[in-house]
Amino acid sequence: MDTLTSTTTSTTYDLGETPLREVNAALHAPGLSGDFVITGPAGAHNVACGLNAPVKVTVAGHVGYYAAGMNQQAEVVIEGNAGTGVAENMMSGSVVVTGNASQSAAATAHGGLLVVHGDASARCAISLKGADVVVGGNVGHNSAFMAQAGRLVVRGNAGHGLGDSLYETRIYVRGEVASLGADCVAKEMGPEHLEELTGLLKAAGYDDDPATYTRYGSARSLYHFHSDNVSAY
Amino acid sequence: MSTPSSWALRESATFDRAAIAAIDNAAETGLYDIRGWGAKRALPHFDDLLFLGASMSRYPLEGYRESCGTDVVLGARNAKYPLHLDIPVTIAGMSFGALSGHAKDALGRGASEVGTSTTTGDGGMTPEERGQSKHLVYQYLPSRYGMNPDDLRKADAIEVVLGQGAKPGGGGMLLGQKISDRVAGMRTLPPGIDQRSACRHPDWTGPDDLAIKINELREITDWEKPIYVKVGASRPYYDVKLAVHSGADVVVLDGMQGGTAATQEVFIEHVGIPTLAAIAPAVRALQELGVHRRPDGVQLIVSGGIRTGADVAKALALGADAVAIGTAALIALGDNSPKHEAEYAKIGSAAGFYDDFQDGRDPAGINTQDPELEKNLDPVEGGRRLANYLRVLTLEAQTIARACGKAHVTHLEPEDLVALTVESAAMARVPLAGTEWIPGAPVTGY
Repeated sequence: MDTLTSTTTSTTYDLGETPLREVNAALHAPGLSGDFVITGPAGAHNVACGLNAPVKVTVAGHVGYYAAGMNQQAEVVIEGNAGTGVAENMMSGSVVVTGNASQSAAATAHGGLLVVHGDASARCAISLKGADVVVGGNVGHNSAFMAQAGRLVVRGNAGHGLGDSLYETRIYVRGEVASLGADCVAKEMGPEHLEELTGLLKAAGYDDDPATYTRYGSARSLYHFHSDNVSAY
Repeated sequence: MSTPSSWALRESATFDRAAIAAIDNAAETGLYDIRGWGAKRALPHFDDLLFLGASMSRYPLEGYRESCGTDVVLGARNAKYPLHLDIPVTIAGMSFGALSGHAKDALGRGASEVGTSTTTGDGGMTPEERGQSKHLVYQYLPSRYGMNPDDLRKADAIEVVLGQGAKPGGGGMLLGQKISDRVAGMRTLPPGIDQRSACRHPDWTGPDDLAIKINELREITDWEKPIYVKVGASRPYYDVKLAVHSGADVVVLDGMQGGTAATQEVFIEHVGIPTLAAIAPAVRALQELGVHRRPDGVQLIVSGGIRTGADVAKALALGADAVAIGTAALIALGDNSPKHEAEYAKIGSAAGFYDDFQDGRDPAGINTQDPELEKNLDPVEGGRRLANYLRVLTLEAQTIARACGKAHVTHLEPEDLVALTVESAAMARVPLAGTEWIPGAPVTGY
């Protein structure tokens, strides 16, 4: 790999010269460790997906779809904006986006932490299955749609249909919610929720007063099919 | 139900007893009927086609003497490790959750014994299933229940599911009776709730997105695995073309006779098109793209109502590279067997009619999560029965292929077929028997 640059502290791949396949293959090497920098992503799709090692990967620039998809163990930092499905189906580790994220951020993610310091578009945390998501700005419509487990924290506002058909994901929003989706309701903020939220904010690098947030969750009224609920289906 | 003896009584063809029962049930419960199985209505099917055995103008092969190949390679277009199957009959995707652990175990055993593949379903991969399956296809569904990259890497192929024949355009459902603690844990859901699977994938829409998604799956698995795309038959010509453009190595096309574990009756019977009508447009799409029946091409797997080796042979003759069976595989395990007649009667059903797969009380131990009922299916015996059945399907298909002069079952072609009805001739694009007429096709002569 002729564009590979190694130093004592990190290895750099330039996507402007090295094919994505070679970069991802190198990052899938058995027993991988250390720090890696990917430069020149130029909106490339599928950057650093399928990682499964305790490494730190910094992507210097904007990425396209599915960056850090299905991440396991790795700490990935995207210095820029991320396209659709960043950290989709993440299992563990963390992914940080310094800019904005497009739709379906952390879709179906089972574990780990996604932090988007800017805004996240529609369907953020859709079908979330246990991961934590902290968004510094706003989230778009239908965020946390059918979300099953995990936590979504929104420091700004949420678009229409928040938490539609929610299962057991807990949602914390500091700003306004345009509208709640079917079966999503505001809930009381207990001490355990304040503590949980404080921890999530801290993990993402924020120190907001958790008492300024509202908690949302499932009313659990749609958990069984019933003709009385037909207007909600 | 009984049939009255008086000849003066006349049942309505429109409001027959099934229609009256459906209206009565709707009025009583306020809910639509949800059931398993596939379409039960009479549909144009493979029975409406016949083979033209060799005689003067064609030269047959000797049965039991001259070989007739049955192997098939799937996904050689992009994958480092394509699937090499010994027979062109595979086991369709069926979930642990819908099916018992014993049933999944038996499917793996049977398929592996004859060198073919089985497929996971909505709910993830179980260790038992992986362990028993020599070739395991891992489904990538809208719900992504249990989806994890470790299992993705353990799979032999990945099947991106857009839909299924029983419900093109619909998501899955698994009612609370079957959400056991283990099923709930695998799906990250509370036990006992009615689970709704999404009908759309959560992070892509349309073929351009799917192309990126497929590349992501290839990147994650280092381009080792074939990627299938499964569609329910509705607009097969366009769907197959778009699937190929998206990068599919294999297209799985499921007709409306394809089974389901739980779907609305109205969906099963009124959405989608019959398997017979779906194959020719799909094959035309592959041919126009130059990827049909080529070593580096895209393979077509057809499912939905395959019962016999004749059905297998007809699907291959129309252009499929392989078929998949679901309902027939469950029947081979013992589903709807007369030996369970008394138990079916206790739950208000009967052998040959049982389709309440959604309620989890299957006395055959197949469509259930009840540990006691599951004991009614011995996975070793079930696997042996399935292997026997798969061998018979293969032998039957070989018998027909030899009679048509083919040294491999995939050498069968539309020219070997005629249709018995105008409808089936038009759908399958083969001539009406005794004529040269293909309804809708340009008129050509000898």
